[in-house]
Amino acid sequence: MLASVRIAGLAAAQWQALAFEERLATGLFLPLALLPVAAQVLGGYLLVIGERAMILGIAALSLQFLIGVAGLISFGHAAFLGIGAYAAGILASHGYGTLALALPAAILSCALFALLTGSIAVRTRGVYFIMITLAFGQMAFFVATSLAPYGGDDGLTWPSRTLAFGTRVLKTETVFYYVALASLGGVYVLMGRLVGSRFGRVLRGLTDNERRMEAIGFAPYPYRLAAYVMAGATCGLAGFLLGNEVEFVSPAYMHWQRSGELILMVLLGGSGTRYGPIVGAIVYLLLEESLARFTEHWKVILGPLLVVLVLFGRGGIAGIVERWRLGELSLVTLWAASTTAARTQRERVMRGLRRAEAMGAGVLDRTIPRAKASAAAFAARWRQCTMSVGEAVVSLVLSVERSISTAIARWRRR
Amino acid sequence: MTKAVLRLNGIERSFAALKVTDCLSLDVLEGETHAIIGPNGAGKTTLIHQISGALAPDAGRIHFDGRDVTDLPMPARAHLGLARTFQKTHVLPSFTVLENVALAVQARAGSSFRFWRAAAAEAQLNAAAMAALATVGISQRAPIRAGALSHGEKRLLEVAIALAQAPKLLLLDEPMAGAGAQETHRLVETLGGLKGRYTIVLVEHDMQAVFALADRVSVLVEGRIIATGTPQAVRDDAAVRAAYLGDAA
Repeated sequence: MLASVRIAGLAAAQWQALAFEERLATGLFLPLALLPVAAQVLGGYLLVIGERAMILGIAALSLQFLIGVAGLISFGHAAFLGIGAYAAGILASHGYGTLALALPAAILSCALFALLTGSIAVRTRGVYFIMITLAFGQMAFFVATSLAPYGGDDGLTWPSRTLAFGTRVLKTETVFYYVALASLGGVYVLMGRLVGSRFGRVLRGLTDNERRMEAIGFAPYPYRLAAYVMAGATCGLAGFLLGNEVEFVSPAYMHWQRSGELILMVLLGGSGTRYGPIVGAIVYLLLEESLARFTEHWKVILGPLLVVLVLFGRGGIAGIVERWRLGELSLVTLWAASTTAARTQRERVMRGLRRAEAMGAGVLDRTIPRAKASAAAFAARWRQCTMSVGEAVVSLVLSVERSISTAIARWRRR
Repeated sequence: MTKAVLRLNGIERSFAALKVTDCLSLDVLEGETHAIIGPNGAGKTTLIHQISGALAPDAGRIHFDGRDVTDLPMPARAHLGLARTFQKTHVLPSFTVLENVALAVQARAGSSFRFWRAAAAEAQLNAAAMAALATVGISQRAPIRAGALSHGEKRLLEVAIALAQAPKLLLLDEPMAGAGAQETHRLVETLGGLKGRYTIVLVEHDMQAVFALADRVSVLVEGRIIATGTPQAVRDDAAVRAAYLGDAA
């Protein structure tokens, strides 16, 4: 009895000593580590949800590295999930489903795909980058549907999970759970080091002010390309795990809707932090899970709910946590913040439009270089605008599309 | 004879039908502070952009430190020791003042493809950065976010960033633009401290500042340099008075 009090006291003292970042990590990973214990009592499905959340958490974390650190909003990130899973699955179907082969194959094929597509995509910014990554993602999707020897549209069922060191140890659900947890933890630590390193600092600087970085000697292209390859390879690990979890891979892994879901997870959790996307993935899955229990029309609720969360919860869940920590959070400030955010957004767009009008009217009166300069300024501003508008549009389009397609599907069935 | 750090050889640049830089040649000598003045629309900023590599000239060659850099983009020229500030302030607003400068040191101190060690803890980067901040006199602002600085301090920070690049040529694009009287005074004082230690090209509207700082002045009108000489000689030049300073000067 006394001993347990002492342990609790020690634990409390330890907790006090931790920095905020470390507390967050503890608060995130400790429950995840204890989940299998809870699953013993509450049922094994918890384990499966947990695995899925952690695997998608890895994917979302790699996407956060692109969005939040490198400033590249990729709309084709799910392609890497699929490529990782296909690489391992195809090897498994030929009898080479061992860890030593399948894992490097998954990661390297993703890195290669990222290198090939990234060398083109990374030359663009903003909406163009969104569109080109979307195109490459869909390309991968359609290639997968045409892979007739590996199931084509129907997908590829793996003969078994990957063999680790010649054993079927990954077949044990708890073991697989902890492998996923360890992978997530590893990626979490890796991303933390990466963001703080010289390389990460250059990426953040490029996102902050590209012109300034060029003036001090940093050409954006190689850094952004390297970031894209790293994010792709990391997502390949997630794909490898995802395929293993269900012993199956299908083109649906790469569909643009899945890419959109990953973006939503990042925005929902907060694109500025590392824990944000993991929390985002967990919350997204839990929302999906619980709403599906509540009603079969759950997508109609989830879509608008996510739009509201992303649009008005500045910085996602991580943003809310940050404001709570700084003591800025109350219902009044929250409401005020959301309305100002909406207003500034609107003003930015209006200003852009007014500028466009003024330019159109005055273009003949002015000398050509001045018109050119103001057109360039306008284009720059517009690009800034569309970056954030782009985020909103992505989420909006997604949810609307999903709601409509669900409604149509239900209506057809009747 | 002192060697020319920067040599512009007949460079031209047009925007559609308008020639903004018209067969312009200019030598900037080692160690001098060379001011470029001219009325609005004379092509000063276009010229600066071509020197720094933000714009490519249509014709002519640009030699920097004995090398033809005409076809090099801005980052490559920065590596050769060409540091610039911008007319409109360009700092990294979400970085600390120290990190803004440390990044400039990092750019010339080994590879930035290092993925593990915390860059913010690299003592030798931070030490060099602090030295540059001390030179412009804002070292006490080092831990503050650059976005939170006053306008004048941001201008000083830009100069500190340029100094941290260990430049062979400092290209200052209207450093006094938008600064108040007190801030201008501080900037002129700071730049005065750099004079002689660095080769400086100064584009500036503030005539008092130009005449206080420059060893030589070039006057740019309609994309052409109409006069180059000591501040006094340029002030007395009839063509300059007619084209630029007006009768009142």
